[in-house]
Amino acid sequence: MTVHITPKLPKALSRRTVLQTGAAAGGGLLLGFQSPFAAASIPNATDGAPAPVGPFAPDAFIRIDRAGHVTFIMPQAEMGQGVYTAHAMIIAEELDAAFETVSVEASPPSDALYGNPVFGIQATGNSNSVRAFWTKLRQAGASARAMLVQAAAAQWKVDPAGCTASNSEVLHTASGRKLAYGALADAAAKLTPPAKPVLKNPKDFKLIGKPLKRLDTPDKVNGKALYGIDMLPAGVKFATLAASPVFGGKVAHVDDSAAKTIPGVRQIVVLDDLVAVVGDHMWAAKTGLSALAITWDEGANAHVDSAQVWKDIKAASEHEGAIAKAVGDAKKALQEGDPFEAHYELPFLSHAPMEPINCTVSLRADGCDIWVGTQVAARTQAAVAKLTGLPLAKITVHNQLLGGGFGRRLDVDGIEKSVRIAQKVDGPIKVVWTREEDIQHDFYRPVYYDRITATLKDGRIDGWKHRITGSSVMARWFPLGFSHGIDGDGVDSAVDEPYEIPNMRVEFLRHEPPAVPTGFWRGVGPNNNVFAIESFIDELAKKAGKDPVDFRLAMLAKKTPRLASALKLAARKAGWGNPLSPRRGRGVAVQVSFASFIATIAEVEVDHDGNIRVHRITSAVDTGIAVNPDSIVAQLQGGLIFGTTAALYGEIIIDKGRVQQSNFNNYRMLRIDEAPEINVHLIKSGEAPGGIGETGTTAAPPALRNAIFAATGIPLRRLPFDREVLAGRKRV
Amino acid sequence: MTSLRINGQIHEVDVPGDMPLLWVLRDVVGLTGTKFGCGIAQCGACTVHIDGKAVRSCFLPVGEIGNRAITTIEAVGETPTGAKVQKAWLDLEVVQCGYCQSGQIMSAVALLAATPNPDDSDIDAAMAGNICRCGTYVRIRAAIKKAAGAQQA
Amino acid sequence: MNAFSKPSLPVRRGLIGLAGIMALLLAWFFWIVLGPGPMSFAGGSRVTLANYHGVDPTGVPSELAHASLLKKGEYLTRAADCGACHTARGGVPFAGGLGFVLPFGTIYSANITPDKDTGIGTWSDASFLNALHKGIDDEGVHLYPAMPYASYTSMTDADALAIKAYLFSLKPIHAVVRDNTLVFPFNQRRLMGVWSVLFNSDKRFEPNATRSPQWNRGAYLAESLEHCSECHTPRTIFQSLNNRRKFAGATQAGWRAYNITSDANSGVGAWSDADLAKYLSSGNAAGHGSAGGPMGEAVDKSLSYLVPSDIAAIVTYLRSVPAISTSDLPAPKATPAPASYKEGVVADYDPRGKKVFEGACASCHGWTGVSPVTHYATLTGVRAVNDPTAINVAETVINGTDYMPAFGQGYSNDEIAAVANYVTARFGVSPSRITGKDVAALRKQASN
Repeated sequence: MTVHITPKLPKALSRRTVLQTGAAAGGGLLLGFQSPFAAASIPNATDGAPAPVGPFAPDAFIRIDRAGHVTFIMPQAEMGQGVYTAHAMIIAEELDAAFETVSVEASPPSDALYGNPVFGIQATGNSNSVRAFWTKLRQAGASARAMLVQAAAAQWKVDPAGCTASNSEVLHTASGRKLAYGALADAAAKLTPPAKPVLKNPKDFKLIGKPLKRLDTPDKVNGKALYGIDMLPAGVKFATLAASPVFGGKVAHVDDSAAKTIPGVRQIVVLDDLVAVVGDHMWAAKTGLSALAITWDEGANAHVDSAQVWKDIKAASEHEGAIAKAVGDAKKALQEGDPFEAHYELPFLSHAPMEPINCTVSLRADGCDIWVGTQVAARTQAAVAKLTGLPLAKITVHNQLLGGGFGRRLDVDGIEKSVRIAQKVDGPIKVVWTREEDIQHDFYRPVYYDRITATLKDGRIDGWKHRITGSSVMARWFPLGFSHGIDGDGVDSAVDEPYEIPNMRVEFLRHEPPAVPTGFWRGVGPNNNVFAIESFIDELAKKAGKDPVDFRLAMLAKKTPRLASALKLAARKAGWGNPLSPRRGRGVAVQVSFASFIATIAEVEVDHDGNIRVHRITSAVDTGIAVNPDSIVAQLQGGLIFGTTAALYGEIIIDKGRVQQSNFNNYRMLRIDEAPEINVHLIKSGEAPGGIGETGTTAAPPALRNAIFAATGIPLRRLPFDREVLAGRKRV
Repeated sequence: MTSLRINGQIHEVDVPGDMPLLWVLRDVVGLTGTKFGCGIAQCGACTVHIDGKAVRSCFLPVGEIGNRAITTIEAVGETPTGAKVQKAWLDLEVVQCGYCQSGQIMSAVALLAATPNPDDSDIDAAMAGNICRCGTYVRIRAAIKKAAGAQQA
Repeated sequence: MNAFSKPSLPVRRGLIGLAGIMALLLAWFFWIVLGPGPMSFAGGSRVTLANYHGVDPTGVPSELAHASLLKKGEYLTRAADCGACHTARGGVPFAGGLGFVLPFGTIYSANITPDKDTGIGTWSDASFLNALHKGIDDEGVHLYPAMPYASYTSMTDADALAIKAYLFSLKPIHAVVRDNTLVFPFNQRRLMGVWSVLFNSDKRFEPNATRSPQWNRGAYLAESLEHCSECHTPRTIFQSLNNRRKFAGATQAGWRAYNITSDANSGVGAWSDADLAKYLSSGNAAGHGSAGGPMGEAVDKSLSYLVPSDIAAIVTYLRSVPAISTSDLPAPKATPAPASYKEGVVADYDPRGKKVFEGACASCHGWTGVSPVTHYATLTGVRAVNDPTAINVAETVINGTDYMPAFGQGYSNDEIAAVANYVTARFGVSPSRITGKDVAALRKQASN
């Protein structure tokens, strides 16, 4: 297989890179990698810079050169979700390209060319890469294919209708003549793209729906794959930094006398809000940083603590929010019935991608190169332009593979800090955050406080009121997504909850925590809403004296049949109803999130000391057309683990304005010996594809919570699960 | 100068003796396949082999290595066990973001070298020090068993 | 019969019995009060400094003989480890506020920066000496013996005033220290005056003419400045030092301060001089592990600043302390555990111990206990691992050390108990049975 997405280098050579500036066909910088130990340079053009524009470049996504090499430019960032492979499959499907020969590479920054059709900007998030680009990429592929067919038909002087394409070749059916795409590239480039390219009938898909091997995997098992943190431009120096431990604090004084004596320390950079040490390697930078005596002006936030945060949000949630959805007469239904009310709390969470925040910058008077893994390439470019005063065109963003994103790399703070440090340093600089800095200076998943009240009538929900109180990440990150007091993401999966409820009202109440910056975190709004709603539904089922699955099915069947089918499948596969030993329980959660329909059943065991053992999780998934079913299963498996970690361990605690967690010793991750057995069942569907990357994360906490409810009878209403409560040493 | 035997080649590096091997590999020698994840030996992303045993390079001072053989992810595929593990990883499509996988593979290869036919508890003992934030654990376990099977064959 | 005549026989007998009990109690009381002094074990003849003809064992080492008063004061301040107690966690050095959690409340250390309002900026030399020697502050208030003045009392005036000069050269920090939260009767400071009369000798250092100059230097450092006894010597019911069991070990801030007598099994008798010196000056020695908790702080903030000759002097002094065996501290197991996790552990141990160990510990400590990364992390032969109470293992897991991260926040009491039991069972001489409840209690005892 010749597929590659990262520079191939001879095995024995290391990859200290050398900037080789030269005019590429596209006018940009052509970058090459060169070993410091080898005389020969290894030219390579795939390091995030625009590919040499092949003769046939019908749009922003497809390049075909004369040798027939097909390159797809990936509009979305690859952070493990498999989007490079899924997008390549979609384009290749309609293009009829030989999949095993295509290359993919990261797109350069451009909202205009690579903007996500949902957001309007170049951003990878909200599990919508496949959904958002589904039609666009199919059209791109189909359009290019039509042009290649037309070029071949013109050469043969035949009717294009008599030609077909497959395996990167056009075939004239009647005569059996064949022309490879490479041979047609020049002629196709001269043609006008069709106004309305004809898309394939899904039943004719050859690639889509097959569990193809991911394009990015081979180099990820042999150490060759390059992430932002692996960049080594010639002459690069290494830096690490410390921002004020108290949010918003400033540098008051720095004593660098001890740090300067450390071998390899080259420079101490003191900015108003951070201190960085530059050295010959990360070790010098790191030891230099810990040798600094920094006095911080802690500012106004030194008193902020988690207890106050919870008190404030609880008090805020007493007030009415903006009405995000109103059906029937919720007020009347709640007055007339016997209302049951419960509150749910979700904590701050850090993203902690395995690749800590980093960015490599080469800032010169006439331009700037940025090597980074980001979910927002164009925003990166704009932010750097703003900081440096350089025009956009002079800023080259080389987007790399992301060692996990989870929403953390939707923000450009790490890039901005790196550029500000680079402004004080001569030559290229790689800034790598320590894990401690990464966890203590994140944009945290906000705390949420949910109040839900409902009444039952004839064993079904009659009245429903759900008030979501929390930070509006949209208001900061994407102001269009926050209007009339409603955060579009904050109410996702709450305004469109799946049950048939005649009288309902959903409110959003924006309440920003003091000092703590909030951001998108894998699962975003649905994390909160699905947890609160599905936990509450279980409590209602108990009140109604119904089995949790039956209770749900009765209210799903008509309104959300796809979810009802998923629930039936999950229940069957998980052995719902089969007897369990004491203190074991099964819990169910269903969700329509990111346009996927998912039912999840967890089986857990809780001992008398409140220790939880997760035995197995079963999910049934209807995500419409499954572009790459194996990737979808993988995303569910991983997402369920991610969500289980959050439910069992995840909480960022603030004390004296500081984050108390710092690394994996106190911000704990699920390990392989705690990972449950996971079974994912895909439901065949011809519907348009749904999103998948975040769904497992959303699914696990409520399913686990309900399983604990079943095992112990204790209705937990807060994440992470409190063992003291389960041990009976503390009240719910 | 410290002399290190990395992937069969001798490298002379001018670094302090207490500098962890991780940074020598990544920032001085230029072998970036070995990853930095936590710096406190809690995540395993930096795992390399020292005389075939899995060791966290973020905590291993170069001054303590001496002439022992250092093997990194870039060369582990040259051993039969390494190649089998990499193949199993590809066959089962273990990887997601991939950042931790260098370390996962190094730990798995060391496990299989010492215990050719590991049971679940052996896998736990050898692999629990490697965190995967993407949550690929289910497939890691399956791939180790597959590689062990291939080894048996 | 006259009611005031002789009491009847039974009453007489009773009174005699009572008198007997009183006499026994009194004897017991005096037995404690008149217990041996910290250096009585050494025998020989003690003389006042003025009458001692050897090299002056007090003051700074010869390397600093010609240094400024401030430099000398800095050295002695470190040797007396003032900073360890007078600095809050994450606080400004010497500004006080560190809490000592006791069963009857919490005591907070004082601000000893020269701030005139909240520190000691207005203190005269006499009041400073009074505090160090008699445990009385500038307002005549008695200090709690958490301030080790019963040890500092042997410090020379010159050394104490050098420390004062150094403290007064620091930046004054305005920091009001929280009020102590002691309950009655412990909040009655006057009782401390009584304690002081009974248990503070209020005597300056007296060299032992029959011992070497190095021994005397070591004695001065260990007893007065470094105040080793305060943690390592057990206390009587009156909280005075029980020098009959000098250096036989005690519990301090939740940690066990181990037996440092020359007993080969329980103490440091089997350690080489070089290992002892290395441990004292760097906090670790191959085969003996790393110092954690209060000892880790003592090394970080104090012992690591001492010149080699002073460390050697302390070693000489320690060597001379008679061996006392501690019943629950056997000789540490010197052989590593088997390389396979499947061998070497008692089967009935909580399986969560293995689980925590394989995830969070094995990377550094290895399955054999001999660390694959650094000898700092080797568990084989370490005293704490061979302590069947597992107290220090649990404390280390909770709080971490210079080399090891703290796991207290991320792991439950049950998990910490399980892994501590796993560690002692796998790498130590006899397994511990610490419980989650014990761990919860240990968490509460930490100073903060």
